[in-house]
Amino acid sequence: MHELSVTENILEIALKHARVAEATRVTDIHLVIGRLSSIIDDSVQFYWDIISKDTLCAQSRLHFRRVPARILCLNCSEEYDINTELTPCPKCASYKIKVIAGDDFWLESIEIEK
Amino acid sequence: MSIRVPIVEKILHANEQMASVNRSRLDANGVFAINLMAAPGAGKTSLILKTIQALTPGIPIGVIEGDTAPVTIDADKVAAVGMPAVQINTGGDCHLDASMIHTALDALPLKDIQLLIIENVGNLICPAAFDLGSHANVLISAVTEGDDKPYKYPNIYRGIDVLILNKIDLLPYIQFNEAYFRQGVEILNPNITIIPVSCQTGEGIQTWADWLRSRLMKDG
Repeated sequence: MHELSVTENILEIALKHARVAEATRVTDIHLVIGRLSSIIDDSVQFYWDIISKDTLCAQSRLHFRRVPARILCLNCSEEYDINTELTPCPKCASYKIKVIAGDDFWLESIEIEK
Repeated sequence: MSIRVPIVEKILHANEQMASVNRSRLDANGVFAINLMAAPGAGKTSLILKTIQALTPGIPIGVIEGDTAPVTIDADKVAAVGMPAVQINTGGDCHLDASMIHTALDALPLKDIQLLIIENVGNLICPAAFDLGSHANVLISAVTEGDDKPYKYPNIYRGIDVLILNKIDLLPYIQFNEAYFRQGVEILNPNITIIPVSCQTGEGIQTWADWLRSRLMKDG
């Protein structure tokens, strides 16, 4: 989708925390992506290499960790994880389900040198 | 040596913060705002014009028009019916974000309007991820897009409060399995309000106008 604006946000957050920690260089960026978030890793990496040049994050590595989406069954209150497409409740087979996590995307940590 | 700094910050955190600022500002002015999303050609501008027709005079409406190109075709149509319209040109970007809305709100007479309609960029993917600070997300699906769209663009169907099914006057001429479509929507967004309309014939527009009226925060 909008990988450029997403990548700009990652850089902004990483630089903010790197400055607070008085880093001289950021070496690694750890990102967590929910299964239902339509972010394309390669595309983020592509923009990252371009926009992080000349910053503390230059040549840092991006690490993507995908986490499953969490679903709540509105029929029987069962909670379950999905990794691919939306599937009915494993307990009661209902399709009355609600996504309670899995479309978020966050920066978990950075590794720095100082 | 390398030190690990824990962060845990949402990537779109800045957008979400700006969205809450927008929402508070709209609340303070008693303006109910909707974020109108759809694929290109589904009928966003047509629905806006029909909505203005149905609610005015009586309910003052402001419109923010998001476009990817510097054309004012849509904003001109809205201005032509006498409503304050602000054009946002995203410069090719695929969606509106909260900071664009923040700027656009400065150009609108918020004290004088009751309903703000934000026409997002025609796209079924990106707008779903960006909260604008509106009070309701509305999606228009046109029957001409096909009955499989909820299955192919699940994210946008999950985040909406109302679904407008447009161009129903064309149903006799096309293959559109409404039960299959509704089942897909129901899976993603149980109990959502679906309003079938035709911007061509006006069918269903009153139901939609009534839904909007029921949400308004102040009297005109």
